[in-house]
Amino acid sequence: MSTAAVTRARKSLAEAPWQLWASQFMAILRIEIRKNLWMRRSIWIYLLAFAPTVMFGVHAVFDPSGTSLAEDTRVFAYVFQIFYLRVGIFFGCMGLFTWLFRGEVVEKSLHYYFLSPVRRQLLVVAKFVAGLIASSLVFGSSVLLCFTFAYGHFGKVGHDYVFNGPGFGQLMSYLLVTVLACLGFGSLFLALSLVFKNPILPGIAVLLWETFHAVAPPLLQKLSVSFYLTQLSPVTIPPEGLMALFTVIAEPVSPWLAIPGLICLSIAILIFACMRIRRTEISYLAD
Amino acid sequence: MNTSSNTIVFENVSKFYGEVLGVNRVNLSLPTGLTSLVGPNGSGKTTLMNLMTGLVRPTQGRISVLGLTPDQPEDFFRHVGYCTQFDSFPKGVTGFEFIYQFLRLRGLNSTEASRLAGEAIERVNMREAAHRRVAGYSKGMRQRIRLAQAIAHHPTVLVLDEPLNGLDPMARAESIALFEALGKQGMHVVISSHVLHEVDKISDQVVLMSYGYVVAEGQIHGVRSEVKEHPMQILVRCPNPGRLASRLFSQDHVVEAKLNNDGKGVLVRTKDAEQFYQLLNHIVVEEDFPLEAVAPNDDDVNSVYQYLIGSGGGTV
Repeated sequence: MSTAAVTRARKSLAEAPWQLWASQFMAILRIEIRKNLWMRRSIWIYLLAFAPTVMFGVHAVFDPSGTSLAEDTRVFAYVFQIFYLRVGIFFGCMGLFTWLFRGEVVEKSLHYYFLSPVRRQLLVVAKFVAGLIASSLVFGSSVLLCFTFAYGHFGKVGHDYVFNGPGFGQLMSYLLVTVLACLGFGSLFLALSLVFKNPILPGIAVLLWETFHAVAPPLLQKLSVSFYLTQLSPVTIPPEGLMALFTVIAEPVSPWLAIPGLICLSIAILIFACMRIRRTEISYLAD
Repeated sequence: MNTSSNTIVFENVSKFYGEVLGVNRVNLSLPTGLTSLVGPNGSGKTTLMNLMTGLVRPTQGRISVLGLTPDQPEDFFRHVGYCTQFDSFPKGVTGFEFIYQFLRLRGLNSTEASRLAGEAIERVNMREAAHRRVAGYSKGMRQRIRLAQAIAHHPTVLVLDEPLNGLDPMARAESIALFEALGKQGMHVVISSHVLHEVDKISDQVVLMSYGYVVAEGQIHGVRSEVKEHPMQILVRCPNPGRLASRLFSQDHVVEAKLNNDGKGVLVRTKDAEQFYQLLNHIVVEEDFPLEAVAPNDDDVNSVYQYLIGSGGGTV
């Protein structure tokens, strides 16, 4: 880049209305977080997110001495990787993030945003962050509650495992993976909703890919969000049953690569979404 | 200030929805004041308004509003307010919240946004229902609250798509008075409406549209005089219409002179209004002929619409 171009870029950044953008970002965030968390349509996401909490709660209350701490740790890891990552967070994010723009089109209210002095790119980012906060809050608190139920009923042993053993680190890892899952799946579903009128079908394709990515060659596996999330999960669970026969073991990825990799992937998808929304037209009848 | 910075300019604008024509080769320059877009359903009025505000993009051509384009939303939408035809709202909001939320998006603080929301609500007479949920509003109330949202930030260009739909006669009269006042304040007010006789009274200029084309544009009297194939109708009220009619029959430019039903006037159809008025002046001055009133009978939007578009254009 030439000196003149750098000077121009600096000048344009300095002149950009950052304060206005910040206040617009916050205003959209307020509207969208409220909408995502309190709309009647979100009930099924809550039910999905808190279903394992009920299961762990029932186990903690009615069968507190039926399992060992090691067994509960393994069960929690299974529930997290099989239910949360592949079902709960996946479908929750599908419902929430595809609805960020699709919902506005269905309810014919997107034009109010488009007729405001807000850059459409800012709208995409703010809506995405609102979705990320809402989904992380819902699924993060569900994971936290499950974790509490899983170790709470062991009394002092459970307390020691969490606060004087590996438990707290595992909890933090689970919460981080939850947020990263919301980030990865969220950006993907938001972009899909801007490309397809009905994002359900491509969503199913993504689900199949995320479920069976383990049977793909190692290089292709790295294109899966679940690949990174599974690697970041604190407790490893080996593939079992029929899937184990077809699973291709890929080289593990360091967390120092997996986390920035996933964040970069999400940013790239969001940039695509921002480019897409600039060309979006309001034609509710066609939708 | 150059011309484009205080006008709304369409330069050779076309919009196609796939193979369906929205508008074609539109060239317009709309000055301040109240402009009415008139045309049957599907003539391209809404497309033109959506193009103006960036809700749809032109397939070809260029549009600028006061020298700005929707690609600069921070500047553009500070000046432009658009009340669309979509009778829909974000879920769960009250009338006040609806206006307030979108004012906050303009970077206004809470106090300022509340003040402007209250002011806009007051202007459309919705104060009592402002804190009720929009979902419980009647159609007319929803229409008025959308109008309030479009004017709340004091735009200099106000685009209104069928703003009188669903309003009762009282609210309709109030809205028309509001539009007229805004137009007189030097704002651009662009209205599409089916209620031709009401829009006619307040329009400074009209744009007649049919099948995606602009058929005519300008001040209504100017547009009417351009419609040469339909002789101009002029009603002359006088105590002795028979005598006047006999004087007019001999003139080449007078196509028809018909006694009015009440017997106190003549309805004249002439190919040359200018010549007719000169003749009338001459009769009045030279022959001391008493006149009560002279008024064009068909230079309103409705007549021009019928002449240019007619029933072939569909329903208005």
